This record gives sequence, C-alpha cells and structure tokens, in this order.
Amino acid sequence: MNRLLSFLFHQGVLDEQFLQLQQLQDETSPNFVSEVVNIYFHQSEKLLRNLRSLLMERELMDYKKMGIDLNQLMGSSSSIGAKRVTNVCVAFRVATEQNNRAGCFRALEMLEHEYCYLKNKLHELFQIEQQRALAAGVRYPVQNE
Amino acid sequence: METNGVVSIDVDAEEVHVLAVDDSLVDRKVIERLLKISACKVTAVDSGIRALQFLGLDESDGFVPGLKVDLVITDYCMPGMTGYELLKKIKQESSSFREIPVVIMSSENILPRIDRCLEEGAEDFIVKPVKLSDVKRLKGYMTTRDVRGETENREINVNFNGNVEGNNGVGINNKRKLEEASDEFSSEPSISSSPSVSLSSSPMSSSPDVLDSPIRRLKMADTE
Repeated sequence: MNRLLSFLFHQGVLDEQFLQLQQLQDETSPNFVSEVVNIYFHQSEKLLRNLRSLLMERELMDYKKMGIDLNQLMGSSSSIGAKRVTNVCVAFRVATEQNNRAGCFRALEMLEHEYCYLKNKLHELFQIEQQRALAAGVRYPVQNE
Repeated sequence: METNGVVSIDVDAEEVHVLAVDDSLVDRKVIERLLKISACKVTAVDSGIRALQFLGLDESDGFVPGLKVDLVITDYCMPGMTGYELLKKIKQESSSFREIPVVIMSSENILPRIDRCLEEGAEDFIVKPVKLSDVKRLKGYMTTRDVRGETENREINVNFNGNVEGNNGVGINNKRKLEEASDEFSSEPSISSSPSVSLSSSPMSSSPDVLDSPIRRLKMADTE
C-alpha cells in the first residue's frame, strides 16, 4: 500500500471497501477500480447538482426528493469505500428528516467539500499508480508486445 | 489446510448464472465483478421490471430468457418496483421460477425489513457494501438447490467423514442441507447426526464463519 492510500485510510476518507475493490482488479480487469470510481464521480456530481438546486428552492423544499438523492449517493459512496462522504450523507439525511433547512445547507457544504477532497485524492492516487506502471515499464524495457 | 480434506465433486462444470438487479450503476459494476471473479455468469439489470422481463415472468410476454437463472440478487430500494416487490412476484409464481433463490441487498440494516424479506422467502439479506465473502456465501445457496434433487447437479463438497456441505460453512439453510445430506449419503457410515447448525466445526478455507452471516449477526445484536 502506498503512503497516500495509507494516509487516506488513517484519515477515514477511505475504508476497507476500497481495498475490496482493489482485490477485484486483475489482468482480466486491469482498470476496474478507476472505471468504477469514474462512474461514481459522474453519478455523484449529478446528484450533488440536484441536491444544490433542491436546496435553492425559495419556498417549499422537497425534503423527500433530497432524501432519495441522498440514499443513492450514500449507497454508491459506501460501495466504493468513501467513508467520510457516506457519513456526511447520513448526517444530511437526518437534517432532511427533520425538515431542518439550515442543517441541510450546512450538510451540503460539508458534502461538497468532502467530495472534492475525495476526488482530488483519488485522482492523485491513480496518477501515482500510473507513474509506477510507467516506471516499471522503463526499467524493464525488454518486453516485446 | 484443515485436517478434514475436502473433495470437490464437479458433477457438471457449468457456471451458475446470477441475475443482479440494482438501479445504481456503481453497484451493478461492483456486484457484477464480485460475481464474475467468483466464477458466475452474470446478467445485470437496472430495475425489477427488467428482471421480470429477463426471467420471462413479465405479463407483456416480450422477452424469452436464453439462459436459466440460478440466483437473483436484488437491491431493496429501487424506484418503481422495490426488491421486496420483485421477491414477492417471483415467489408467487406457480412454476419452477418460485424455486429460484432470491437474495436481497440493502444499505440499511433494518431488522423489520430483513424479517419481512425472509418471511416472503428470501434466501438471505446482505447489508451493503457487498463483499467477496458475501458472494462466496451465495454460491452455497445454489449448491443447496442441487442437493434438493434438481436435475442439473453442480459442485458438491464432501468431507472425509461423509458430511455434505455447500460452499459456505453455515447459513440459514443449514438445517435443510443436513436433512438432504442424510438422504443423499445414507450409506456413509459416519454422518454427524446433530440436527443443529454446527457445520462450522470444520470450516473450509474459503467459507466465512458463523458471525459473517448478517442474518446471524443481526439476530444476535437485535438489542441495537
């Protein structure tokens, strides 16, 4: 495990489900983790945009719809091992159940922050892995494709 | 390695075919990979309606399935038809479709929900996120069906002392398995005749122990 990954574990950003995903990656599916994570980013950004626009409603806020989006975000976040994002979703959901508008705003801010942090760190992680793969290729250039 | 060796009788090398149902693309990708890496054929669909269509149980009679399905694994919370409703539809069938084991997945650890699903005939209830150990347990349910005497036989694991167990050590179907086992191997001398669920005495290297089954974990912790 490299230092960044280890750091992310210690910070609670990622949990063992992320390791589970790495175990599913092999020669038959060499980019599995980044594929799933990219789908996750794509889905999550849509959900986050939905949540923000739902919260921007001047009058009646649709807490129920927010709850539905949150469930989806929570589910996929936990499926990739994004622990902190998942936890913020849980807190956010509580705020929607209480019809707590201010609480929802705070939770969304925190959610967007955690998500951005996660995305940056995962990009960094994938870059490190790519560089390693390249370096290995340079060191052992004898392979004939 | 355990002292009791395990002999795998590969009666038919055919892979099991799992129908996975989940509205989340991320989860579909993960469950698909978990199943493929566990040597299962997978069909992943995004809704209960599509699942019924694939099984050929949809009223509109549109699609006739090409492959037999050995297990359905479905998310509970889905828009339109929930996993629970899908479970009911399958179990209400008068044909052999009713026999297909159905496993429910949910990110929520809600006991009444779990009970309701089990009462309706779900084989198991997995709390998400789904892991490799959960999928390994699932393969045991597909073995169970065969021990019940289906025409297609698959892998049956036989311990040296004559006990028959599926790929998992324990699970909620152990009682049934033990009963079938004594029928299948009545000529074997030493079958542990204890009717209680104690197959964990000789766990296989790949099988999770008792506490790994969320059903057991939840039932033990139902004060939470």
